[in-house]
Amino acid sequence: MKKQVYLDYSATTPVKDAVLKKMLPYFTQSFGNPSSLYTIGQESKQAIEEAREQVAALIGANPKEIFFTSSGTEADNWAVIEAAEANVKKGKHVITTAIEHHALLHSGAYLEKKGFQVTYLGVDSEGMIRLEELENAITEGTTLISVMFANNEIGAIQPVKEIAEIAKRHKILFHTDAVQALGNVPIDVRELGVDLLSVSGHKIYGPKGIGALFVRKGVVLPSHLHGGAQENKKRAGTENLPGIVGFGAAAELARTGIGEHISRVSGLRDYFLEQVEARIQDIRINGSRERRLPGNANITFEFIEGEALLLLLDLDGIAVSTGSACSSASLTPSHVLTALGIPAEMIHGSLRFTVGDFTTKEDLDYTVECLVKNVEKLRGISSVSKEKGW
Amino acid sequence: MALYNDKVIEHFTNPHNVGELLSPDGEGTYGSPVCGDMMKISIQVVDDVIVDTKFKTFGCGSAIASSSVATDMIKGKTIEDALKITNQDVLDELGGLPSIKIHCSVLADHAIRSAIYDYAKKHGKYYAGLEGFDPNADEDDQQHGCDMETHS
Repeated sequence: MKKQVYLDYSATTPVKDAVLKKMLPYFTQSFGNPSSLYTIGQESKQAIEEAREQVAALIGANPKEIFFTSSGTEADNWAVIEAAEANVKKGKHVITTAIEHHALLHSGAYLEKKGFQVTYLGVDSEGMIRLEELENAITEGTTLISVMFANNEIGAIQPVKEIAEIAKRHKILFHTDAVQALGNVPIDVRELGVDLLSVSGHKIYGPKGIGALFVRKGVVLPSHLHGGAQENKKRAGTENLPGIVGFGAAAELARTGIGEHISRVSGLRDYFLEQVEARIQDIRINGSRERRLPGNANITFEFIEGEALLLLLDLDGIAVSTGSACSSASLTPSHVLTALGIPAEMIHGSLRFTVGDFTTKEDLDYTVECLVKNVEKLRGISSVSKEKGW
Repeated sequence: MALYNDKVIEHFTNPHNVGELLSPDGEGTYGSPVCGDMMKISIQVVDDVIVDTKFKTFGCGSAIASSSVATDMIKGKTIEDALKITNQDVLDELGGLPSIKIHCSVLADHAIRSAIYDYAKKHGKYYAGLEGFDPNADEDDQQHGCDMETHS
């Protein structure tokens, strides 16, 4: 069989065996509706509360502050749109960044259509926002700041605590999209001082279709789905029981193994970058080297186009991504790399490699060999080169 | 491989006619790296027949496959016949491309026309098939944007 190497852990992760094992009974045996009063219903309710504790423990929250959603996207939409709309008496201004996930950017666009003003902060060449620019953007009418914890394309980790302090000083709500950070960066919502925080199950070896929103006690956030009394009357809809149980189990594994995960994955990533830098000329590493998600490597291969390289790697059994998985059907260059000030022709030659728990050194050695071969092949076909320039 | 058919993959992984002619009779370039694809093509012409052609392309898999197929198609053809080739012909020869990649076949079609235009200009030739074709007009378009919105 052809070798298969998966290097797209930021797009999604496989469900770990231990997680799947915990989930399975909740499809067929313990299937009761958690709202039902009889025993198997109450057992489901019990399982959900246990999962809530597990997810809460991963981010240092009180379980009562965790509300399960269908996805990170739903958590982002709920937090940003409802928080903005709940505070219109104070103002209609929201601050976010140019490098957010589309779940945030498109929520911002929705708010703009509804008459809100949205400021999109730029970033420096390493993908970090400037705190003084954030402070300067705040107006009398600013009601919400939303800055992603860690970026999905370049892995840049923002100064969340400092942002929270600024928000607090100005009495503005602060939301952070922590979908990529969860399990990869230690998160303590109390220490950080965030008000709202979005997370997702399938990025931490849990199932797809389950996310959660942390809502700090005391923050008023209206419901966005109306119906039954699920999730403490905050988010209606019969709970995704197996999904929630799986998210809880994955969160438990992530919490107990986070130290080892970070050191192993970042070690592999650093090894990969060293090898690529040693073996291939005319490349650039995009984003900060230090403030970066442990598994993320975003590399520009000059003079070739990224999708062509992605396809050749795919033919060798290697799965990587151009920019983010969500934007790969689009031809427009990555908004994140554009915000870093990288020229469009370089962005077209950029690939994201994300290392995870099942990646081995052998996987990376094989990937480097294939990269060397395929980059050389495409440079041989390319109409641009180092000698001739762009 | 779900994104592209086998023929596209074959031409992408083993493209025909890659390179540059040493002393071309005509050369054409279309696209730009800023927009994500650029094809350079050179042709050698004897008695109004394209006897040889080479290309170099910066671009995605379908841009490279389109370049390979299109150069195959014009090789051995008279210039008038080569000018009759449309991007639809390139698409048909490839067995189709995903809708957001249709512009890659246009890339090859325009690059060929540009090379023939260059040949005609240098050799004082007139071809009815070049009527209304202006490679520079396209370049102006490209500066205003990469023609992406219509395809995505």
